[in-house]
Amino acid sequence: MTQVTMTVNGKSVSGKVEGRTLLAEFLREGLRLTGTHVGCDTSQCGACVVHVNGKAIKSCTALVADLDGADVRTIEGMANPDGSLSSLQQAFQDHHGLQCGFCTPGMVMSAAALLKENPKPTEHEVRGYLEGNICRCTGYHNIVKAIMAASGQDVSQIAAE
Amino acid sequence: MPKDHGIGASSKRREDIRFLTGRGAYTDDLAMQGQVHAVMVRANVAHGRIVSIDTSAAAAMPGVLAIFTGADFADVGGNPAGWLIHSRDGSPMREPKRPVLAHGKVRHVGDAYAAVVAETHEQARDAAEAVAAGTEIEELPAIVDMAGAVANADNRVHDEIPDNLCFDWGWIEANRDAVDAAMKAAPHVTTLELVNNRLVPNAMEPRASIGEFNPGTGDYKLTTTSQNPHLTKLLVCAFVLGIPEHKLTVVAPDVGGGFGSKIYHYGEEALVLAAAKKLGRPVRWTAERSESFLTDAHGRDHVTTIEVGATLDGEILAIRTNTLANVGAYLSNFSTATPTFLHGTLMAGPYKVPHVYVNLKAVFTNTAPVDAYRGAGRPEATYSLERAIDKMARELKLDPVAVRRKNLLTPDQFPYTTPVGLVYDVGNYQATLDKALDMADLAGFEARAAKSRAAGKLRGVGLSTWIEACGIAPSHLVGQLGSRVGLYDAATVRVSATGTIQVMTGAHSHGQGHETVFAQVVAEKLSIPEGAVEIVHGDTSKIPFGMGSYGSRSLAVCGSAMDRALDKIIAKGKKIAAHMLEAAEGDITFENGSFSVAGTDKAKSFGEIAFSAYVPHNYPLETLEPGLEETAFYDPNNFTYPAGAYLCEVEIDPDTGKVTICSFTCADDFGNVMNPMVVEGQVHGGVAQGIGQALVEHTAYDENGQLLTASYMDYTMPRADDVPFYQVDHSCATPCTHNPLGVKGCGEAGAIGSPPAVVNAVIDALHRAGMTHVTHIDMPLTPARVWGAMQA
Repeated sequence: MTQVTMTVNGKSVSGKVEGRTLLAEFLREGLRLTGTHVGCDTSQCGACVVHVNGKAIKSCTALVADLDGADVRTIEGMANPDGSLSSLQQAFQDHHGLQCGFCTPGMVMSAAALLKENPKPTEHEVRGYLEGNICRCTGYHNIVKAIMAASGQDVSQIAAE
Repeated sequence: MPKDHGIGASSKRREDIRFLTGRGAYTDDLAMQGQVHAVMVRANVAHGRIVSIDTSAAAAMPGVLAIFTGADFADVGGNPAGWLIHSRDGSPMREPKRPVLAHGKVRHVGDAYAAVVAETHEQARDAAEAVAAGTEIEELPAIVDMAGAVANADNRVHDEIPDNLCFDWGWIEANRDAVDAAMKAAPHVTTLELVNNRLVPNAMEPRASIGEFNPGTGDYKLTTTSQNPHLTKLLVCAFVLGIPEHKLTVVAPDVGGGFGSKIYHYGEEALVLAAAKKLGRPVRWTAERSESFLTDAHGRDHVTTIEVGATLDGEILAIRTNTLANVGAYLSNFSTATPTFLHGTLMAGPYKVPHVYVNLKAVFTNTAPVDAYRGAGRPEATYSLERAIDKMARELKLDPVAVRRKNLLTPDQFPYTTPVGLVYDVGNYQATLDKALDMADLAGFEARAAKSRAAGKLRGVGLSTWIEACGIAPSHLVGQLGSRVGLYDAATVRVSATGTIQVMTGAHSHGQGHETVFAQVVAEKLSIPEGAVEIVHGDTSKIPFGMGSYGSRSLAVCGSAMDRALDKIIAKGKKIAAHMLEAAEGDITFENGSFSVAGTDKAKSFGEIAFSAYVPHNYPLETLEPGLEETAFYDPNNFTYPAGAYLCEVEIDPDTGKVTICSFTCADDFGNVMNPMVVEGQVHGGVAQGIGQALVEHTAYDENGQLLTASYMDYTMPRADDVPFYQVDHSCATPCTHNPLGVKGCGEAGAIGSPPAVVNAVIDALHRAGMTHVTHIDMPLTPARVWGAMQA
């Protein structure tokens, strides 16, 4: 067992973990932060995306023992300090960028990372960036639209909501 | 101005708040006090006889609490098929028992023959490996190919079923001779052999179940990923475990997509309940993605020959199909209805066709069970028909658009009785076709094609005009057709003393947005704020007995029940108002949220009536019960018939065969639309699944029955860069004539109409480039398949 201390959504947390404990497991079962989902176990679907030290990673294949001292942000830490939706989250609601909601935490975390790197992405860039996030419900239309809208672009000319 | 409230408004979804902030509560998110973990032990061969299972080593491992094998469930019931189909000769279908755990034989890779329960998931996993190591299975030749399965009577998936045939169905058998004669007499016959590729539904949330048992009361609780908790409850209680129905609560909390795969009862649900009873502790199981691939019910998997008899100017005279449909190793709950009554009855499409006959043989193989997946039978019918009509048009050198226009039913022909047993109530297929052609700017196609050519690409355009039967389903009709359940739905409207409302629905929302949309309907009807209405679903201890959500039925059936229950609320409110206003009940009207005496200014608000119902001081207690709560069950008297026209434009890279979707246009008739934003989202998602089927998704078993596509590294899911922005429209609405909201259902349309549009577009592109020898390519149209076809 390894003692690990990290910051999760601004709060310091620590715990003893096995060498094989995955970050997704630690967040979900250890900290009860169940917004981070596991959809595939093989780093393909992206439902488990969180930010570690400011970068989007797939928490289903990251070992907690490697993350001592890391700064972790999950979907539970994405709202505004007063609890209201952030502009990115609000854009997902405004443009119907989610249906069943299971992939949504990963989508939001990936989108946030994209907008940090590229504040005004084109449609092509958004679609390319989401290569590692699978959604089965929305056909991606409204996810792409929401992310472009969150970046301040006018999406009113894109086909109907 | 678009509405901002009630029916027809694009109200933002209230459920989004919890999903966007990580506060959803999916089954695997729930932790139970004292919970333990189950792991299934699954066959790694497709077909084998279980010689022995030695669990002693596993039982001695740390944390192991219990081990179950098929023998533990040999004396309980099996998971039944929900429809009884009869073969052409009148004999009933063959129905092998589907046990909780395989016993005697394993019949597909992933078939669970044992389960381990341990204190931790890791301990259960380690012990499951030890059970597998202690098991001897004599491998038998796998039966994978359907034609081979039927031809070889000696190698049997189920020892008692010769030739591996479940049934040989004819629809409608009495029409067969007339169809044969019409086909023989037809001036032109187009024949097309095609494969409707097997798909894995792939809801993003893997299946999961938690069983609980209270020894003090004898009560069971199952929390599970279900689209229809009451149906699961009925199956577990009455068919599998024999639990009295009132002693089991089934809860389907937030469910992360279903697409059909979570309609069905699965063995793991019975296992966790039995284990919870044995151990007196909550037992949980969550599928890994590879388990989902191996054991979720798959979709499609038809091999069809379709013939279309026509005049030389393209008038369809007769349609005849012969299909082998894979049902896999066991009959999943709707598996026998999907290829028959959800498929054969749609084979006339939106066309006026005098003669149609469908023959379908359902075949057992050593593969995962196959059942309804988004569209369920109707995509298979639509694909056969729309591909064959396109081929016929090409053979006759006719315009595919003109051929469809020539054969489409016209608005004056409704109600229309098809030769395959349905009565279409209403529609305007020309309107959706015109709309789609206009939106897609078909007139400008040649210019776009020239631009593509200049860039070295081949451009094509493909059309599909489709119809489906939704709002499943009229019980009297499906009962005649073999259904073993009724397909009504139910809603309870509970008005509180302060005038707010809870509606308990039999329908279940797993992405469709019921919590928002159903509240819009209530708000409209009662003229109250949407925020005063809460929709409760998914918990059998709270909701009335309804049949859940699938078959685009939620609003058409459960929404109708809710509408009826609201009518009862208003009717009772009128009685209360009449008493309070000292007027005759017949003089009370309800408008704009207010009960008033006609022709006067005397009125009581909805809130005042609700308060009076619960504080009945001035109330007709001698003739009227206090309280304001009503339940209605609604059984539709017909299916609903959404229809539309889809147009797809593609570009092919001739060097690689890669197909790119340039545009996709949908003109749909869903009848009245409650929330346009949600409806359009449903179409987007369906179309993406259809594009996925047409271009990238494929389920591959090798000759030994090993699933080669059992992860996202092998099974291609459509991703954001595989699809365009879609153009969707639902303005050509002809409201359903037989349900109170005039709604038809929109959940499956996209997946039904889109695959043939994509394939037709690819064939069109190749023909325009002179490759007229390519008359068909089977889905998925991968670069290798397209490039290969181009070289032939």
